Amino acid sequence: MTKVTLTVNGKSMSGEAEGRTLLASFLRDTLGLTGTHIGCDTSQCGACVVHLDGKAVKSCTLLAMDADGGNVTTIEGMANADGSLNTIQQAFQDHHGLQCGFCTPGMVMSASALLAENPKPTESEIRHYLEGNICRCTGYHNIVKAVLAASGQDANVMAAE
Amino acid sequence: MYNFDFVKPSSVAEAVKALSDDEAQPLSGGQTLLPSMKQRLNAPGTLVSLTGIAELKGVKREGDTLVIGAATLHATVAKEAAAHYPALAELAGQIGDPAVRNRGTIGGSLANNDPSACYPAAVLASGATIVTSNREIAADDYFQGMFTTALEPGEIITAVRFPIPQKAAYAKFVQPASRFALTGAFVAQYADGVRVAITGASEGGVFRWSEGEAALSSNFSADALKGMSGEAEGMIGDLHGTPAYRAHLVGVMTRRAVSAAH
Ligand SMILES: Cc1cc2nc3c(=O)[nH]c(=O)nc-3n(C[C@H](O)[C@H](O)[C@H](O)COP(=O)(O)OP(=O)(O)OC[C@H]3O[C@@H](n4cnc5c(N)ncnc54)[C@H](O)[C@@H]3O)c2cc1C
Ligand code: FES
Ligand code: FES
Repeated sequence: MTKVTLTVNGKSMSGEAEGRTLLASFLRDTLGLTGTHIGCDTSQCGACVVHLDGKAVKSCTLLAMDADGGNVTTIEGMANADGSLNTIQQAFQDHHGLQCGFCTPGMVMSASALLAENPKPTESEIRHYLEGNICRCTGYHNIVKAVLAASGQDANVMAAE
Repeated sequence: MYNFDFVKPSSVAEAVKALSDDEAQPLSGGQTLLPSMKQRLNAPGTLVSLTGIAELKGVKREGDTLVIGAATLHATVAKEAAAHYPALAELAGQIGDPAVRNRGTIGGSLANNDPSACYPAAVLASGATIVTSNREIAADDYFQGMFTTALEPGEIITAVRFPIPQKAAYAKFVQPASRFALTGAFVAQYADGVRVAITGASEGGVFRWSEGEAALSSNFSADALKGMSGEAEGMIGDLHGTPAYRAHLVGVMTRRAVSAAH
């Protein structure tokens, strides 16, 4: 076992990891941050997306030891300082962008990476950017609406269904 | 996945030393290697991470050549190659999804040589040179069939040198579930002729479509390929497409690439 230290949501956190420990398992099992979900465990579904040094990555396909020293943001770090939902999270709630909620942490992390790169994306840019995030419930429509709304654009321009 | 030792050298020399152990294997973005280890298709004793080696990263213009470090991310190529070799940047920007592009690297893709991967088409169509820890390999000698390359055990790719073409484009017919190429064509026009490389179609992995090259070298237009398609013999057949379908796509995607070339 080797000690791994990360800055997670602004706080320095350490724990022991094996070579094979994935960043997703390190966050969930060692640091107790279970907001990051593991869906497919094969880099297909995006439920495990976190930001490493400002970039969206699939934490199920990244070794904790390879991320050592890095700056990680997880869904637990997304809320506003007073604990209220941030703009993207609130938009998911307002537009019913989730049903079971399993994919939501990854969706929110990917959406926030998108808006950091492209603050006013079109509907098609949003759909394209979220290709690596799979949702089995919503049919995506309300997720795309939520991201449009979070970017300050009128979500009603989208077709109803 | 089985456990292993993990080392993260900061220079190519240290990485090569660590890889002299038979049980060691390089780890770049891990987007292919880690899933294959989870399936226990691969069980190295030591993983030697290349992600901490600065000399393996970056996009650099040297005259008429674009040099890309082996550990350069797909996302970085999509951004930084755009001003120099737009078709290559566009190819990188279509690999997988954003999170895959933020970890996956050109060196990992070329070492793996998946028969449906995108970069091999660009490398072969550009007549690029693969620079390794101990030699330079011409693209025409490098790809040796699906998942097979000229790399020796312990040898690592350090960079790829792309001669910049006059015009080029990549046209990818996306396999919708994996987002790899069901068939992809990369077309590149140089002063001395046109090169066409096809990925995703053949059981032998990426290949040059010589009939297409001959037709385009005398007339660089989609019309020059009218009615032409690949040979169904030796093409991949799976639930996504028959060999005949892929052979047809060879012509279709090459025509699309020629029309889009810039
Ligand atoms: C969901 C998903 C979608 C994808 N879609 C596409 C796509 O559309 N098109 C496409 O082309 N690819 C696609 N890929 C594959 C992706 O591009 C991988 O990043 C790439 O194939 C492997 O690169 P890597 O850096 O992750 O390598 P790794 O997984 O780290 O390594 C792959 C292999 O190369 C070896 N290796 C790594 N670097 C070197 C080096 N410098 N020298 C020698 N050997 C080395 C490793 O030992 C290993 O055997 C996709 C992957 C995923 C998960
Ligand atoms: S759990 Fe990581 S991509 Fe599905
Ligand atoms: S809300 Fe259930 S998977 Fe997306």
